[in-house]
Parts: sequence; structure tokens; C-alpha cells
Amino acid sequence: MAGQKREAQLSAREEILANIRRSLGVTGAEAPRRMAVEDRLAEARSGIIPERGQGDGATQAARFKAEAERAQASVAEVASAADVPSEIARFLRDSNLPATLRMGEDARLASMPWGATTLEIARGASDGHDLNAVTAAFAAVAESGTLALDSGPDNPTTLNFLPDNHFVVVAASDIVGDYESVWRKLRARYGKGAMPRTVNLVTGPSRSADIEQTLLLGAHGPRRLHIVIVKDA
Amino acid sequence: MPDVVENPSRAPIRVGLFVTCLVDLMRPSIGFAAVKLLEDAGCRVHVPSQTCCGQPAYNSGDRATTKEIARQTIAAFEDCDYVVAPSGSCAGMLAKHYPELFAGEPELARQANAFAAKCFELVSFLVDVLKVTKVSAHFAGQVAYHDSCSGLRELGVFSQPRQLLASVEGLQLVELNGADVCCGFGGTFAVKYGEISDAIVAQKTANIVASGAPTLLAGDLGCLMNMAGKLQRQGSQVNVRHVAEVLAGMTAEPAIGAPRTASSNAGAPN
Amino acid sequence: MATASHFKENAHAALHDAPLQKALQHVRANFIDKRAKAVARLPEFDALRDSARDIKDHTLANLDLYLEAYEAKVVEAGGQVHYAVTAKDGVDIVLKLCRDRGAKAVTKGKSMIAEEIGLNAALEAAGIDPIETDLGEYIIQLRGEPPSHIIAPAVHLNKEQVAEDFRRAHRDLPRDRDLSQPVQLLTEARGILRDKFLSADIGVTGANFLIAETGTSIIVTNEGNGDLTQILPKVHIVIASLEKIVPTLEDASQLLRVLARSATGQDMSVYTTLSTGPRRPGDPDGPEEYHVILLDNGRSSMLGGDFEDMLRCIRCGACMNHCPIYRAVGGHAYGSVYPGPMGAVLTPSLIGVEEGGQLPNASTFCGRCEAVCPVRIPLPNMMRHWREREFERHLSPASVRYGIGFWAFFAKRPALYRLTTNIAMRALHLLGRAKGRFASLPFAGGWTRYRDLPAPQGATFQSRWRAKSGRLN
Repeated sequence: MAGQKREAQLSAREEILANIRRSLGVTGAEAPRRMAVEDRLAEARSGIIPERGQGDGATQAARFKAEAERAQASVAEVASAADVPSEIARFLRDSNLPATLRMGEDARLASMPWGATTLEIARGASDGHDLNAVTAAFAAVAESGTLALDSGPDNPTTLNFLPDNHFVVVAASDIVGDYESVWRKLRARYGKGAMPRTVNLVTGPSRSADIEQTLLLGAHGPRRLHIVIVKDA
Repeated sequence: MPDVVENPSRAPIRVGLFVTCLVDLMRPSIGFAAVKLLEDAGCRVHVPSQTCCGQPAYNSGDRATTKEIARQTIAAFEDCDYVVAPSGSCAGMLAKHYPELFAGEPELARQANAFAAKCFELVSFLVDVLKVTKVSAHFAGQVAYHDSCSGLRELGVFSQPRQLLASVEGLQLVELNGADVCCGFGGTFAVKYGEISDAIVAQKTANIVASGAPTLLAGDLGCLMNMAGKLQRQGSQVNVRHVAEVLAGMTAEPAIGAPRTASSNAGAPN
Repeated sequence: MATASHFKENAHAALHDAPLQKALQHVRANFIDKRAKAVARLPEFDALRDSARDIKDHTLANLDLYLEAYEAKVVEAGGQVHYAVTAKDGVDIVLKLCRDRGAKAVTKGKSMIAEEIGLNAALEAAGIDPIETDLGEYIIQLRGEPPSHIIAPAVHLNKEQVAEDFRRAHRDLPRDRDLSQPVQLLTEARGILRDKFLSADIGVTGANFLIAETGTSIIVTNEGNGDLTQILPKVHIVIASLEKIVPTLEDASQLLRVLARSATGQDMSVYTTLSTGPRRPGDPDGPEEYHVILLDNGRSSMLGGDFEDMLRCIRCGACMNHCPIYRAVGGHAYGSVYPGPMGAVLTPSLIGVEEGGQLPNASTFCGRCEAVCPVRIPLPNMMRHWREREFERHLSPASVRYGIGFWAFFAKRPALYRLTTNIAMRALHLLGRAKGRFASLPFAGGWTRYRDLPAPQGATFQSRWRAKSGRLN
């Protein structure tokens, strides 16, 4: 049975590839084509980078904040990592939200002084019963105010989607101009051609305009996205 | 006399007027207005025996007939320096689609390309090629201008009519909401899908009436007949003309769809 | 469901559907104006369109090789790739994956490919519960309707209609609850669907792009539903058509820069998610299995032909947002999974020109679609190609053939043309000169049904010119 299925699958694959090759008038063995494809995959050359994705660190930091706010995220800047817990506690207090917070195993987050606040901390992936969660960003992209979040035990992906309120800590040195810089960083960490299970590029809180084109925040993902930029990190 | 910045060769430019079948049949005064504008700009206008650009056959999928007509048209205008049409859609057919028609046939493609290179829509020809910057016409009143689709999107006709209209003494161009939205004509579409065409033109006439302008202008007679026909069916008094008529100062003729009476010349030259 | 072959009748119904006409008014401000603003804010937008087009063209020209490269990477990351030649094959693969795992509930991110293959109906018939999670898709699923737009499936509905649907479907909630505002409807849907997300056995998403360099699938959403669909269940199935492949992450960036701006006027959608394989050892969340189903369903035959450029499409919806016909009749009238200009070109490729031929005919060729297409697909040209196919195969209506034939007879004979048109126009002028126009005229009923027909001025231009100058020319 399994053998038959495998055969059927192989033949579906062969049929599709053969049909493509017939339509294109190629055999698939042509060396120039193969080389062109291999080269393109290996080189991964950047195309057009808009001007808003360029600029020096200060420009990028300012642009990231402006664009993230434009996408309805809120952005706070703190001097150092030690100030993060109190900023999150303040936000929750000001918004009349319970002082609970879930996070992963991220070392940068773990070393912050959570004990100095009254926040009730939980650790690990979320099962849907958390109101608030914090993750540390892999990078932040200035050109559109976008956060890059990679999956793993450090920052479980469920923390980005299940809680109502999502806090993201960004080291100022992790703010880049364009998406291409994120790919470079990913390759540096995971190797060329490799990826973590999930990379989330997040721009603002969840929303929908499906009912009469009325834009509403808080569809299925978080209703609020609060970004905390750590200036000396 | 309209300003002509420079005419490098002393011999007058030979312009073949591609009058278009709609203008030829329905409203010759547009053709005469085009002739006046071209002659005022220093051209010698010729009118070879002609029929149609072939677009109705082309858009109906009859490529063979279209090619026959195209070859006939190319031959008819052989000895003209330029071929100018008071219509964006016909000019677009000549300038953009004739080469496509013969893409696989080297000799005919060569001829079509050479022909296409000398084909222009009237107003853009005046401004872009002849460097006309103003006209000496007068036209009192507010005018709304509709951008016909082919002229706008195939040939980039946008600023040129506005520039020349701005030079018409007494004329005040008002903004037409959705000026660049299709009027719903689309050639045979208006008849094949009449109900949808009607819905689209109704949006257009609502915008025209909302603009408050008593006169509507555009550069394509097909669009103009469509919009005039709907406006008149709705009982509107808006006068509809081809932009060439106003630019040439030739608005004595009744507006499109209007009868020949004294009161039909609202907004006539003073 | 209405079919494409009944487009004209569907359009008639749509034009007389008052709630639909009211809903369609939102299209202008929300899609057209927002896109224009986003484009104005990005000076490189036009250059990016060229870049996007070139990436697609290169990939399509080498699709066989990129598919092989993509598959290798998916497998390397621990995923599985399945190939579906036809729609039915695609459905069968999904059904088998579900049955083998005893799946009872399947959450779904929005997927036009899943619509194309009729996946929901097949799952239901097999006793498996498909749960649409995109708010617009959820709403139309409750109504038993197909989507009317590829980005905004419920754009044809008003909030009163949605409130009615929710009351009918969510029976356990208090009857007297207030559902008068969109925010209340959204909150209710969020609550209902949250439970479904958490209890689903399998999550099915589409893919906006598939990246050959890394074996990654990208989905683009605003709600986060596609993410909850794929990270919570044990199994994540991606269903995508062949032409979704792009070579590298950098190539995807070019396309991403034009996608959201063209679709909704956002610079980026809220969630652009790159998924590669199942969870890694040590991952505390994520699916345990990752399957990608690659669907052909006619795409491989489009390569190298007149309609190849249609495979560039990145499903942004800009074309239909700007189309005067779509604006007049909405998406359901097209009777196809894919409405609007892109639907008019793609549908005959998928279902045949006999069935789908009306769609490319219902166009004025205004060209706005091509003007806004982020990958510069020459949509009017391709609609014209379909009309040529129909003409060659004698599928055009007789009235068209005879009409063109009659007119062409004269157009090919200039002297006869000039003679007969002059006589005819002078006669028509006399007939119509009192009013200057005709409210009705024999043989012109198609026109005069809706508008007056201006009367001609009399003698034709060519006859007057000849009279004036003494010769023609």
C-alpha cells in the first residue's frame, strides 16, 4: 500500500516536472540553466533597498519607532536592560491590566530584575490562558517598524500570538534598516539555507477590516503590542 | 496663432489626419477642429482615403481581419511624416498594437514599427512634438475633463490637454471626481454588456453633475457619445464636446447629441 | 453557486442587489485610496514592480529546477512534500493525511488554492470539520457562500448581515447581546475561534511564497489566524500552487515590498510568517509534522504559452479593486474562485474557455488593472488572447461574428465605405436632426436601451473634405 502510494507520488512529481519541462522546451539537464539557478540560490543577491531602509543607526532607530507607532504599536525607550521590568509593570498598571507575564528561556530576559516588580512571572510556551507575554526580538526593521522574532525555547512562538498583550524587548543594536539585514543575521546564526521553525515578522497588533472595511484591532492575535527598546544593548 | 517654439526644417510637416471612423461618420466638426489646430501649428494636413484602425475586430478576437485592415492603413499613410488621430484609443491601436499584431513576421513588423513611431494622439502631438504651449481660443465657463482610458494609460495623455485648456481664455477647468475612471464605453462592451456599462456610466454622470460644470470635454468620441447619451437620457443639460473643438475655438456646432437651436451653445465663445 | 458561464445573469442580479451595491461603495476609499497613499510614500515602488516582475519571470523560466531545490530543502528541514497534478489529487492527499491521523477538526488559514480545489466540501463529506479562521472566510462559511474577493472575502456584506449570521450560528450566547457594531462582532468571533484554534487536530494554510533557498513557506495575514492555525495543532499542512516559488529570501523581500501596499495599502501586513519544517528538538511549541502539497492544476501547461505572465500573480487583489466591472457587480457574479481581471484571465485556463469565456469578454480594456498590477501582468492583452481563442474556435456569439464581418466588409473597401457611410449618415442626420439624438433606433437597441444615441452631423468628414479640397488627400 505504502509502496503504491509512493509510486503514485513519484509519478505525480515526475509528471509535473515533465510537463513543466515540455512547456518550457527544456530537458532539465542543461548546464547553463542549472548553473544560473545554483548561483542565484548561493549568492542570494539583494534587489532594490528603498531609501527608508537605509541610513545610520540613529536614523534607523528613529524611523523604527515612528513606523511601529504608525502601525499602532506603542514604543517606549529605556536606558538599559534593568529598566525593562519596571516599564512593563508600568504599562500594565496604566492600562488597568493584571500584573502577570509569561516569557521563554531567553537569557537576556532572564537576567532582568523581574523580582523588583510585583509581576507574577510564568515561563515556557503558552496554552492560551495568558493575558500578557514578553519576548525578545531577534531584530527590528526600521523601514516598516517590523519586529523579527525567531522560534525556539528562548522565545516560544505561542507567546507572540495567544496572549492579549504582547511585549517585545528590542536591543537598540538589533535595529536594522531593511529586511535583507535580518536575513544576513539569520544566516549568521543558523547557517546559510537553514532557518528556525518560525520567523515572525510582526508589524503592529493584530487587526481585521473584514466587516464593512472597518479597521479593528485585536482580531485573533494580540490586541496590544508594546515595544521596549533598550538603548544601551 | 499658437506659439510654436521651433520648427527646425523649413518645409512644413506632412501630417496625415487619421480622422477615426466615429469622427468621420458621427461628428466631422472634430476632424475640422483637428485640422485647424494642426494647420495653426504649421503643419500641412493630408487626409488619405481611410476607413478604420481595426480596433473593433481586434478586440473581438478577429486577428486576421485586424491585420488586413492594419496593412491597408499603414499603406494609406505611407507618405506622411506623422499620423495624428483625435482619439486616444485609435492612436493607441496604431502606435501600440499594430507592432504587436505583426510581432512574429519580420518584414511586416518592421513596417508596423516604423508606422507606429509616427502615430500620435492629437493633443499630445501638439504639445509634445510641435511644442505648442497655448491656443488662442476663447471659451467662457467651467469645464470638466474626462481622461479617456487608452489615451491616459497607453499613451500618457494627461497633462497636455490640461495645459492647453489652461491657455483658453475664459475657461475654468474644474476637478472631476474619478476623472481617470472608465466611462463604461469600451467599444462593443457598451452593447454586449449594456447593463453593466450603464451602471458604470451612471457613476460617471453622477460625478459629472456633481462637479457643477456645464460643459464636459474629453479626447475620444466613443467616450463622449457614451457620456452624452447617458446625461441626456437622465435629462441633464450638460454640454458635451471633444476637447479639440474648444481648443480650436470651433464651438458654433451644437454639442454632442444636442439639436441645432440657439440655446444649445451654452458656453459658446464670446 | 453562480457559474462563470452565467456571468451576464449573475451581473444582472448583482446590479439589483441593494445591500451588495451599498457594500461595494467601501471599495474605493478603503482599497484604492489606501493603496495610492502607500505608493506615494515609497518612491522606489515603480522600480520594485519591475524587480518583482523580473524575479517571477526568472523563476518561471526555471521552475523545474527551483521546485527540485525547494523540495530538497523542505525535506532537509524535516518536512514532507507532496505533488498534486489535479484538484482532486490535492483533495485526496489532504484527506489521506487527515484520515491517517484520525483528525476530526481542521482549522484553516485563508487559502485560495483550498477554495480552488473545493477542500472544505470534501472534508465535510468525509466527516471532518473544516473551520475557517480568517474572519471574512469564517463569516462566509457560516453563510455557505464562496468568497467574493481574494483578499477581503466578505467585502460584499454589511454588518447587519454578519450580525444576523452570528445570531443564527452562535446559539449558546445570550440572545439579547448587542451586535450592532463591528467591534462586537469581532470580539465574538475571537472568542468562538480561540477554542477552535486550541482544539484543532490539523492546521491547513496556503502560502503567499515558497522559498527555494531555505524550503520556507510564507504566509501574510493581519489577524494572526494563519499563525494560530499552524503553530497549535500537531500537523501543519501547506497547500500551494507551483508558481508560488521564489528563489531566495532576498527575492521574497522584493515581492513583499509590493504585496501589502498593493493589497491593502499597508507597508507590511501585521504578520508575515516564515515557516520551515516541523518543530526542532527543544522547541516548546510548533507542529510536529509539516507537509507541503504542491498543486499543478493547469499551471505547468500555462508555461511557455500566451498566458504564462498570469503565473506572476501574487494575489494582491489590486486589479479587482480598480476594475470598473468588479466595482459594479462584485465578485460573486464572476462565478469563479478568482474574480476580477486576474480571474478573467486565470479562470478560462483552469476551467476551459467554453465555460469561462464570458469573463475576459466583460471588460472595457480600460487598463487600470495592468496599471496597478505589482508584477506588471498585461491583463487586457491576455483577455484579448482569450477572445482570439474563442473567435478561432467559433465560440463567439453569431451576432459578434456577423457584426464584425459586416463592418469589415466595408472597412476593407475604402471607396465603398466612403460612399455608403456618407449616404447612411446623411439619412440618419435627417431622421434625427430635430432632437439631435435618438431615444430609440432600429438595430441600436443595445445602445438606446440605456442611453440616447447622438445623431450624426450629416455628410461624413471624408466627403466634406473631398468637397472642400476638390480631391481626397
